[in-house]
Amino acid sequence: MARMTMIEAVRSAMDVSMERDDDVVVFGEDVGYFGGVFRCTQGLQAKYGKTRCFDAPISESGIVGTAIGMAAYGLKPCVEIQFADYMYPAYDQITQEAARIRYRSNGDFTCPIVLRMPTGGGIFGGQTHSQSPEALFTHVCGLKVVVPSNPYDAKGLLIASIEDPDPVMFLEPKRLYNGPFDGHHDRPVTPWSKHDLGEVPEGHYSIPIGKAEIRRQGAAVTVIAYGTMVHVALAAAEEMGIDAEVIDLRSLLPLDLDTIVQSVTKTGRCVVVHEATLTSGYGAELTALVQEHCFYHLEAPVVRVTGWDTPYPHAQEWDYFPGPGRVGRALAEVMEA
Amino acid sequence: MYSSKEHGFFTISGNLATQYVQAVGWAMASAIKNDTKIAAAWIGDGSTAESDFHSALVFASTYKAPVILNIVNNQWAISTFQGIARGGSGTFAARGLGFGIPALRVDGNDYLAVYAVSLWATERARRNLGPTLIEYVTYRVGGHSSSDDPSAYRPKTESEAWPLGDPVLRLKKHLIVRGAWSEERHVQAEAEILDEVIQAQKEAETHGTLHAGGKPSVRDIFEGVYAEMPPHIRRQRQKAGY
Ligand SMILES: Cc1ncc(C[n+]2csc(CCOP(=O)(O)OP(=O)(O)O)c2C)c(N)n1
Ligand SMILES: [Mg+2]
Repeated sequence: MARMTMIEAVRSAMDVSMERDDDVVVFGEDVGYFGGVFRCTQGLQAKYGKTRCFDAPISESGIVGTAIGMAAYGLKPCVEIQFADYMYPAYDQITQEAARIRYRSNGDFTCPIVLRMPTGGGIFGGQTHSQSPEALFTHVCGLKVVVPSNPYDAKGLLIASIEDPDPVMFLEPKRLYNGPFDGHHDRPVTPWSKHDLGEVPEGHYSIPIGKAEIRRQGAAVTVIAYGTMVHVALAAAEEMGIDAEVIDLRSLLPLDLDTIVQSVTKTGRCVVVHEATLTSGYGAELTALVQEHCFYHLEAPVVRVTGWDTPYPHAQEWDYFPGPGRVGRALAEVMEA
Repeated sequence: MYSSKEHGFFTISGNLATQYVQAVGWAMASAIKNDTKIAAAWIGDGSTAESDFHSALVFASTYKAPVILNIVNNQWAISTFQGIARGGSGTFAARGLGFGIPALRVDGNDYLAVYAVSLWATERARRNLGPTLIEYVTYRVGGHSSSDDPSAYRPKTESEAWPLGDPVLRLKKHLIVRGAWSEERHVQAEAEILDEVIQAQKEAETHGTLHAGGKPSVRDIFEGVYAEMPPHIRRQRQKAGY
């Protein structure tokens, strides 16, 4: 076991995958010689050469389009979109092409690509370095969507994503790159080296896509979260002294509905948390599923805590980010209902 | 982000190349309305790889829009050398040729040359002769951003070896030789400009910074998404306590 940050964990996942399989290639803007603006691919070009890890021109549609072509040939591209906010030029390739190649060709061609992209706020990134576009992917049939919340999961899930036969959108919460973040921005940063889930095996292992993990057992209310919000939810439950069960989805699509239903059937209360905007966000899907599957067990309406329906404001970051205060109030609200 | 309609300065976006094609549309609108206004857009060497750059050239070419398409080739796009975006094309200016757009390549650190080509392109646009593409050859001495350390991807001494020099020093030298400027006036001008910038910064900071002073109200987060705030955003604002 080694201590790793989330950056080191995703790097290790790519390293292990490239070592085991010559068909795995890694490319994107600044990922080759430099090793990526977040340094996730540092050292890979030196180790595997310029045909396995290389810099791409600044063209996201070009990056994803060529990755699809390589995948059709038989390679397994794991490409980086520098920020999730910059995936939009590639959205046509992602939604109309990557997502449908298997279906359209009746399985004759497939698209085993991974698009890694840093996502979410908390770093004063403003409108174009803070977005959480996961719902724009979960709404598209044919894509898988994964959002890890810690180094251990990030590595295991990224290896599983690279080995997956279908396209996987791998959203890396950038605020978690160097340590868990519970939303208390005014407190010192805890590094991953002080966290159990910063303990990561050096070799190969994978975590199945589609399996959630319960981060905190509880009987009073279920909190469904993913990414950075897992840590915020845990802090909120502690601070409110509420016996909350916190589910870390890890994979949004496919979704581990069984874990959700079991938990909400037990607790009878549910709060859904995400950083992305509210309207038509992934929380709407989760809330509908809870309603469909747990209606007769619910003691209170399901409450969503999310980013506001506005662009991510730069100066008022902490009034936008759904921190432990807002999640705590939502917990109290469903407990009182 | 910042803009000034009063000065004809469009709102800047963080998504590369998106606005290049919008400038062409603005110029087309001016033509549609028989107006005399022209548009100018700037893009980096690296960003010319985006599809929006190519869309801009197609539309500018097809509609002969009164637009000046500027490419600032400062050799680097974060860590990647300009060759990655340029590929087998000898220059960025050459990108214009396939689209039938007159293209120029200029020493971007020569103030007078930059002025002359810009004037020429402006005249062309004003006379309704269509778009011009201009590549300015220059060099990014500093880092890409405050969190970027260029020594991680290029030799530390590279900037010193850059042959085209510093545009301000070159202009200064030229003007002094012509007798239109002096060392003393230069020192004075520099001090005046520095003072002006510091005053502007101070004034800006009186409105508050991320670390101190009056922060804008949380209320403001919800303003300006639509002309009229829809009920769901109003509800969210109320939930936020404002
Ligand atoms: C669509 C999009 N992709 C990626 C980025 C990230 N990014 C910001 S600046 C930059 C490099 C731009 O290089 P260049 O076009 O040469 O401009 P320069 O910074 O050198 O002026 C990149 C990749 C972005 N802002 N937008
Ligand atoms: Mg550049």
